Amino acid sequence: MPEPLISAQHLVKRFGSFTAVDGIDVDVRPGESFGFLGPNGAGKSSTMRMIGCVSPVTEGRLRIFGMDPATQGKQIRARIGVVPQADQLDEQLTVRDNLELYGRYFDLPRAECRRRAAELLEFVQLTDRADSKIEPLSGGMKRRVTIARSLINDPQLLLLDEPTTGLDPQARHVLWDRLYRLKQRGVTLVLTTHYMDEAEQLCDRLVVMDGGRIVAEGSPRSLIEQHSTREVLELRYPAGTNVERAPDVAGIGDRSEVLPDRVLVYADDGEAALAQVHARGSRPESALVRRSSLEDVFLRLTGRSLIE
Amino acid sequence: MSTPAAVRQWETHFRLYRTIWKSNVMASVVQPFLYLLGMGVGVGALVDHGNQAASKLGGLTYLQFLGPALIATTAMMVTTSESMWPVLGGFKWQSGYHAAAATPLSPGDVVAGVFLWHATKALIAGSAVAATLALFPDTRSAGLPLAVVFGALTGLAFSSIITAWTATREQDFSFPNINRFVVTPLFLFGGAFYPIDQLPSWLQWVAKATPLWHGVELTRGAANGRLELQSTLIHVGYLLVFVAVGWTLARRTFRTRLGA
Repeated sequence: MPEPLISAQHLVKRFGSFTAVDGIDVDVRPGESFGFLGPNGAGKSSTMRMIGCVSPVTEGRLRIFGMDPATQGKQIRARIGVVPQADQLDEQLTVRDNLELYGRYFDLPRAECRRRAAELLEFVQLTDRADSKIEPLSGGMKRRVTIARSLINDPQLLLLDEPTTGLDPQARHVLWDRLYRLKQRGVTLVLTTHYMDEAEQLCDRLVVMDGGRIVAEGSPRSLIEQHSTREVLELRYPAGTNVERAPDVAGIGDRSEVLPDRVLVYADDGEAALAQVHARGSRPESALVRRSSLEDVFLRLTGRSLIE
Repeated sequence: MSTPAAVRQWETHFRLYRTIWKSNVMASVVQPFLYLLGMGVGVGALVDHGNQAASKLGGLTYLQFLGPALIATTAMMVTTSESMWPVLGGFKWQSGYHAAAATPLSPGDVVAGVFLWHATKALIAGSAVAATLALFPDTRSAGLPLAVVFGALTGLAFSSIITAWTATREQDFSFPNINRFVVTPLFLFGGAFYPIDQLPSWLQWVAKATPLWHGVELTRGAANGRLELQSTLIHVGYLLVFVAVGWTLARRTFRTRLGA
């Protein structure tokens, strides 16, 4: 088993009396795609900032490439790429300038910055926009510029904080495709997200965070197998009557969840569960059978939805 | 061969400036030029023919008295505005400092790059004023380049302190107050337009406590070839204390803001 690239034991981050990260243990191996899944305020970004060596560890032990961020932050930062939540691009400069000048922060010679910038713009399919300023670009394009910029130092580890939040579905798929290619090249990806589809697409393994703690860990598949059923039956009753309809589904499938807008029945065979509901004479306005997702895992583990 | 970190951070500022330098240099030339014409030539005609004018101004014509001081006032104005909105933008709006802090650059490297840029900006603006002064026979002198260097030091004395303070701000509401209550009063009472011994003595002490008066004395002395060793050392030392204090504070406030 290879030495972990990131190793955290009982990692804690406090801001005054507020505990953002409350004693987490994480190991990320080289070449792995690892995700932190959780709602806003779960402690994902604070964890990422500690791993990125910009935020000091309050308690616990953290090693990246076997080095200590407290004393070797500079050497660690030289080998990682960071895609922050906000793009942090210089809007008045061109796409190319943004990349080249960032390369200079890593002390790369100018000619090398130029060479890499051209190559990376090719990779994120923005070569034809190289001389455009940032400001007129779409959100998806800016995101791609930020990803290209984060790769200028040829990092072994790429940290992505909410990489596709706020993007339209098509732009998200373009980004996922690029990130998948990076993974194939052997770059270790660590990302935070509150989208379960993103975690399912990109992550080999993930931890579910809630209130600064890790509440579950595993591959998307194994988490679903452990914490949910194969299928989910979603029932919608007339608005405001979901709670009183709870007895209609009691005892059907493995278990059920009554949410404000719908009733979920967890069962390995959703169609059979629906037949049972109908057999009881219950008539929901709509019924949908789908596969379980990480959303269901999160609901199961925390009793709350991911996006509220 | 590696380049110092501060210079590499400075490159971003400089590249950005290259997209706007024309309008920027014009502003640095036009405003002092108007003061030179309006005050230097207009008021100068009045002053130079008045009683005891020569002794009050130490034997200088009014244009010689005022002109070089504008190098120091311009540097002050340029660097103070540079150390407010652009610095807050580095933390908040475009967040360029946060982007830089994710690389091997340390918060201290970012501070050094920012100050290097402020000094550059003051040198550019001061040179523009000096070039204007070189157009007038009265103020054309070999001491102008040295006056530009003193102007940059004056600018840095302001920008280092203000930059350290800006790094603690969340909003830009209070920035116009710096212009209202610091820059404009100093411009008027800092000894650029008349010798400060014309002021009530308490106001003289206020003027002497602020960096601008020391900068004005240095630029005026350099351009007119009247620097004395002892007073020069005192003025330069006084300005360097401001820079050193500002630098120390800025390293602290940047570290807090970038590494929480």
